[in-house]
Amino acid sequence: MAAEGHKLAIFRGLLKFKSNQQKIWGVLIFLSIVTTIEVALGILKPEILMASFLRMKLLNWIFIILTIVKAYYIAWDFMHIRDERIGLKNSIVLPLIILIPYLAFILILEADYIFDVMDMGFVSWNF
Amino acid sequence: MEVTPNASLDENQAWGGGIKPLNASYGKMMMWFFIVSDALTFTGFLVSYGFSRFKNINSWPIADEVFTHFPFLHGIDAPMYYVALMTFVLIFSSVTMVLAVDAGHHMNKAKVTFYMLLTIIGGLIFVGSQAWEWKNFIKGEYGALETRGGQILQFLNIETGKRAAIQEFSIGIDSERSTHQSYNGIWYKNETKRPNVSVDEVKKGFLANQSLVIRTEQITQSGQKTILSRDDSLVKIEEAIDVVEGANLIHNEYGNRLFADFFFFITGFHGFHVFSGVVINVIIFFNVILGTYERRGHYEMVEKVGLYWHFVDLVWVFVFTFFYLV
Repeated sequence: MAAEGHKLAIFRGLLKFKSNQQKIWGVLIFLSIVTTIEVALGILKPEILMASFLRMKLLNWIFIILTIVKAYYIAWDFMHIRDERIGLKNSIVLPLIILIPYLAFILILEADYIFDVMDMGFVSWNF
Repeated sequence: MEVTPNASLDENQAWGGGIKPLNASYGKMMMWFFIVSDALTFTGFLVSYGFSRFKNINSWPIADEVFTHFPFLHGIDAPMYYVALMTFVLIFSSVTMVLAVDAGHHMNKAKVTFYMLLTIIGGLIFVGSQAWEWKNFIKGEYGALETRGGQILQFLNIETGKRAAIQEFSIGIDSERSTHQSYNGIWYKNETKRPNVSVDEVKKGFLANQSLVIRTEQITQSGQKTILSRDDSLVKIEEAIDVVEGANLIHNEYGNRLFADFFFFITGFHGFHVFSGVVINVIIFFNVILGTYERRGHYEMVEKVGLYWHFVDLVWVFVFTFFYLV
């Protein structure tokens, strides 16, 4: 892969870099900013984000979304998925984005059910 | 006239290895498929962590109270700063790796060598940090009592609002207490290291100090651990049967037993990946110095180990979120 084979725009073309090296530093700055926001939110824990949404705190949803954003830029720019053919891209990404949410969904739903059984059952788990 | 097909469509060549399907070489594609399967392994780990957590949603330990250490800041409550630092170290070593790959595309041996070296150093710092994190986790800080049902009872000083360490408030009792070995009791039970204090000593110290109360595992509506009143605490402490100091695979002073198990397994499995990544990076580093890839005409091996290294970073991003933030 030659240097000119890199796609140099990120944020859907909003930010265009002159060289691949510049893009790498740009992505590093972006990832650092996201991590700093995560840590700051984790330490401050703003009261407004403590509200519950879909049985989870709003803050936790923000953390998960920011994590996926970070994962996207690591895979797309550091692992060069952006430069791969569509076939390879799909064969890597599709199994993951189908299987992982599926597995998470069924297991967490099951865990929620088990929690209810233990919580409302007649057996004491705290003795 | 004979038909001469396009060189890239030649049947004989297509199956002879001359063509790269999807414009990726065999090695790179297999590295990608290994990464996909490894990602699913980590998914299995993290999702089962989520399962246990949602199953015990009202009693799971709060990560901010567990990971509070920072080097050279003794006794200062610094939640998450250290793991945040570790995250930055790993992201930065990912950047030096991708710079090495980029230098490889330009056939710049000196730059590849330099960036590979930085990557290896970053990886070693990360593994060392994780070892330190494990040390603190295993050693514990305050100690706790455990009830017959496996619930953890922690202690709190109601006047200062701070956690109380059992070793500090317990009052010694002159009694014989020796390490239980398998040869002088039930043959399948022995202890390697006995706690510094006994349950009775903790109880005696607790009764003597009026400002101490018990904190249970249960989480209240506001997301804090339940703090019992002094009267309730006096009742509750009678249920304790064991002293727990620090953490291992069977007990831990932070709360639910599964918490420590998942901590050891997930960060351990990830740490093992970082360690093997460092080893592979060192091998490639020496190959670069020896000029193997210079003679081969391309630095694709650097790109392949780079993929693995970025994957390790990618997994850490998720471990960081689900273990420390959420």
